[in-house]
Amino acid sequence: MKNGIEIRWHGRGGQGAKTAALLLADVAFKTGRNVQGFPEYGPERMGAPITAYNRISSEKIRVHSNIYHPDFVVVVDETLLGSVEVTAGLKKSGAIIVNTAKSKEEILKHLNGYEGRVYTIDARKISVETLGKNFPNSPMLAAAVAVSKVMPREKFIKEMRASYQHKFVKKPEVIDGNMKALEMAFDQVEEAIETGNMSLSA
Amino acid sequence: MAIKERMSGNEAVAFAIRQVNPDVMPAFPITPSTEIPQMVSTYIANGEIDTEFIPVESEHSAMSATIGAEAAGARSLTATSSAGLALMWEELLLAASNRMPLVLALVNRTLSGPININCDHSDGMGARDTGWIQIYAENNQEAYDNFIQAYPIAENEKVHLPVMVCQDGFITSHAVENITLLEDSLVKDFVGEYYPEEYLLNPGKPIAVGPYSVSNYAMEAKKNQEIALENAKEVILEVAKKFKDISGREYGLFEEYRTEDADYIMLIMGSAAGTAKQAVDDLREKGWKVGVLKLRVFRPFPAKEIAEALKNCKAVAIMDRCESYNGNGGPLGSEVLAGLFRYKVMIETVNYIYGLAGRDFTVSDVYDIFSELDAVVTEGKEAKQYQYIRLREQEAADERL
Repeated sequence: MKNGIEIRWHGRGGQGAKTAALLLADVAFKTGRNVQGFPEYGPERMGAPITAYNRISSEKIRVHSNIYHPDFVVVVDETLLGSVEVTAGLKKSGAIIVNTAKSKEEILKHLNGYEGRVYTIDARKISVETLGKNFPNSPMLAAAVAVSKVMPREKFIKEMRASYQHKFVKKPEVIDGNMKALEMAFDQVEEAIETGNMSLSA
Repeated sequence: MAIKERMSGNEAVAFAIRQVNPDVMPAFPITPSTEIPQMVSTYIANGEIDTEFIPVESEHSAMSATIGAEAAGARSLTATSSAGLALMWEELLLAASNRMPLVLALVNRTLSGPININCDHSDGMGARDTGWIQIYAENNQEAYDNFIQAYPIAENEKVHLPVMVCQDGFITSHAVENITLLEDSLVKDFVGEYYPEEYLLNPGKPIAVGPYSVSNYAMEAKKNQEIALENAKEVILEVAKKFKDISGREYGLFEEYRTEDADYIMLIMGSAAGTAKQAVDDLREKGWKVGVLKLRVFRPFPAKEIAEALKNCKAVAIMDRCESYNGNGGPLGSEVLAGLFRYKVMIETVNYIYGLAGRDFTVSDVYDIFSELDAVVTEGKEAKQYQYIRLREQEAADERL
């Protein structure tokens, strides 16, 4: 899309890919942008593949279809790689971010020869370290923002704290862990971008 | 001061309900209902509004209780979707024929089967001849704005009919988008206090609601109801004008987007209209003279106004997000064609069925449709007059080519 970016999220029901897309819409809105965040519902079952989408633009967004030529793809669950064509339509100028502990070389085999940038991040490890549980969506959200550069890090962190304070009003004890998860993921991706380490084509 | 926000279509309607603070909301708060009753009940629990929420045992009961509350003199509403609306069917007719100015927030989703939860207009279209006013929205902003305008339309003395405020399931109901909200006080003043002329709980002026009517009189009641629906057209426009004064946003029976000099026009309703507008802008850049007529008010059906708006174009694509199983076209297809013929507008038409049960509708679908209209007009192509787009076998055939 002109004057904006499109992001596609792949996850499984229950992992928070939809929530991540809605949170991204939320924080992008706070930077004064026009936003869309929406899920595509399949059979609503825990563990079933789901897709969610973001459009973020400086102009009014009118299109109400799914996204077929995303700038960025975020894969929250690597087990989808064998069954869902996650790189379908993904722009070469864009990037894909995969939640995995595996090496990039291993992941590349499943990306149908995608020629753009590929980032891997172990969101499970970050989540377990910071939250004690596997909630990969916070680290993946930070990774998506870091890679897409949709907003500056400081602004993102500030707005996310406000969002979590609103979202977790009844369990404030998880806010710090989530914030730490965001920071860790951001650190890792920024380092990868700087060194070109996770970026195979750079 | 306009308030810039972002929210889903469900949140937008629930927020409008909070601002209107109606008296009674009976609802059946589980599947296939929407998040709207849940959100409103949160506002009530938090003490933000004093609406009486009645959890009922079915959608049939939800509409019955809404009619009962409205007949008693309370400003009433309910919300539902899909099969929930189908279960209300008998009561929908009673709401309209008893001239109850209540409001229903409908999130348009398909009817079974196959079992599916996604968007199309088969629920709303199934209720198209129940006597309700039906207003459709392109996005969350319009769903919000239409809800605020609903009571002033319904309660107008020339109308006294129920209003269905419709938006597309998931596509707008679950999508977070930007929205501009009005201040609470502006909405309150716009909708005003409700003082029904006649109501059941008025001991000084007893009335009967829903009595038997013998054949000598029943037909007149039906004719009066029809007159009220015709009156609604003018009232909808008056209310829209007043709404523009407080919001700056303009509404009519339909929106004409770049149609002035258009050779080809797509007539469409709901969220897909936004997608069509984007395609029109793209094609205009390439020199195509195309436009969109987005129908907002489906009931009363503005046949004459549509015919007038289409009379100078060469061809129109009539887009139905609903199959009507009459073997002859979708609901919009049938009604637009009848209107064009009655007002002697003899242009080329093709009736397309799209987006059933959540099938996606894209900008490139719109390009294809305008290309076909062009082929009909310039090459004399005989297009199938009533056709489905984006069927699986079609896509496979396209790939083979």
